[in-house]
Amino acid sequence: MSDHSTYEVLRHLADSWGLLLMTVIFVGLSAWPFRPGAKPLNREAATSIFKDESDV
Amino acid sequence: MVSALSRSSLWLLSLLIAVVAYALAVDTGFAIHMFIVAVACIIGLVVTLRGVDLSKAILAPDQGRYDDDPIRWGVIATVFWGMAGFLAGLVIALQLALPVLNLGLEWTAFGRLRPLHTSAVIFAFGGNALIATSFYVVQRTCRARLAFPGLARFVFWGYQLFIVLAATGYLLGITQGKEYAEPEWYVDLWLTVVWVAYLAVFVGTIVKRTEPHIYVANWFYLSFIITVAMLHIVNNLNWPVSFTGSRSYPIFAGVQGALVQWWYGHNAVGFFLTAGFLAMMYYFVPKQAERPVFSYRLSIIHFWALIFLYIWAGPHHLHYTALPDWAQTLGMVFSIMLWMPSWGGMINGLMTLNGAWDKVRTDPIIRMMVMALAFYGMSTFEGPMMSIKSVNSLSHYTDWTIGHVHSGALGWNGMITFASVYYLVPRLWNRSRLYSLRMVNWHFWLATVGIVFYASSMWVAGITQGLMWREYGADGYLVNSFVETVAALKPMYFLRAFGGFLYLTGAVIMTINVWRTILGHLREEAPMADTAFDPEKDRPVVQPAPVHAAPVAA
Repeated sequence: MSDHSTYEVLRHLADSWGLLLMTVIFVGLSAWPFRPGAKPLNREAATSIFKDESDV
Repeated sequence: MVSALSRSSLWLLSLLIAVVAYALAVDTGFAIHMFIVAVACIIGLVVTLRGVDLSKAILAPDQGRYDDDPIRWGVIATVFWGMAGFLAGLVIALQLALPVLNLGLEWTAFGRLRPLHTSAVIFAFGGNALIATSFYVVQRTCRARLAFPGLARFVFWGYQLFIVLAATGYLLGITQGKEYAEPEWYVDLWLTVVWVAYLAVFVGTIVKRTEPHIYVANWFYLSFIITVAMLHIVNNLNWPVSFTGSRSYPIFAGVQGALVQWWYGHNAVGFFLTAGFLAMMYYFVPKQAERPVFSYRLSIIHFWALIFLYIWAGPHHLHYTALPDWAQTLGMVFSIMLWMPSWGGMINGLMTLNGAWDKVRTDPIIRMMVMALAFYGMSTFEGPMMSIKSVNSLSHYTDWTIGHVHSGALGWNGMITFASVYYLVPRLWNRSRLYSLRMVNWHFWLATVGIVFYASSMWVAGITQGLMWREYGADGYLVNSFVETVAALKPMYFLRAFGGFLYLTGAVIMTINVWRTILGHLREEAPMADTAFDPEKDRPVVQPAPVHAAPVAA
């Protein structure tokens, strides 16, 4: 494969399936903390740094 | 079990290699560097032979206690390198205003002192702050003692050796000529070794955590460590001219080399100066405010958006160059998109104070954190704006860029680091409080006013410069020569140096405060906030005896 066609292949991948894959992964990861039932877990995570103040 | 004998022989072997490399050195700079390495080996050897007791901290540590020694060293190193870096910054600012201060020597010329300044503040001050706070935060949030204590100590001292080699190299003229990646191949290899050890300590501690959830600050720290490793290795793929010389040449050439450099350069900003310091923000701001982060969900979105967007923004450093147009536009578009997660993160940090806004008035450490977040917001708005091609055509290569970098570095990185240091010092040295809270307040105001002088003078200087460079006369020739633009900026250079002087003065006050706190002194001072109390007025009203006025003779 010449340099030129490597460039074409990568460019095409980046513009199509690569872009789609990255977008889907990003949206999925961002939506994950909003899944049903995650609210108490988020609150617990946020307050976890204060645990060491209340135990001995 | 590593005996003192085998450790001594390891030091001796390293010393031997350094001495051989010194003898075979093909240039003076490399010889001086190998001499420094040899001195480091001798120090290590002497410390080993004097019989340090490894059992307490390294071989049989008490798992019921946090390992805070490397953090204490790291806090001291942060303050020390901060002072060195700020002082170097003031010197080069004055050199620009008064060129005579270059002293006519190659070692003290602006071109050599400038990378000394940038590396000292970013990698020495910022890097030590990141290593120290990450070791502190990962232990506290995982509720586990630091993994691989020997390796953690190697990370600290190895990183200091990297700083010394880098800094002396710049003065000697050893440089790859790549911004923020100036150290040469052998120093790069050493940093790679140290960095992999750092990753091992950090991940090892996360693996042995007792807390089920990995707190978001650790995500930011981990992304910073991994990404910096990747950026550092790819951007420093160089081949040395001689294995006993300081010169090397990059594998990538031309525009590919430029793109790799700015992919590195911008992500050094994104992952070293942003992700790592955001990790500090996500731990120390909630701790100091004594309330959880405003929205944990928003912090997760903030994290993933930074990871997915930042990595593409680098090409905005190469607008109107040989880089293909589409790549420039890609860099610009991703930079603009970055504005949103950045402001999401800023709002998340600021809103953490919701319901505790009075602390901005009463707690100067909170005030520093708020100012840090305000500057984070300001510079993450200014950056995307400057990445727009039409704005960049005016701002690029001018002092506006310098002003932008400093509002981010002095305002965001500096302020959040100072606040974290003030948080850490009384806790690490087991003191009831800081030596003086009023001195923190002085530091806050000196730093803030200093940044205002710095940023505003550089806005004026940069826009003046940009407009003068592009001014054409009716005859189609440029109106201004380069030296005329330099002369026009001179007053601004003095104002910038004044701003830097104020910032340095604030840091001197911090150094005294931290020093006295470590010594255990407590300054007698009026508290920062007090409800009014006047003992004179704290008494019942005594009705005056009724006076029967004599009838007035009419």
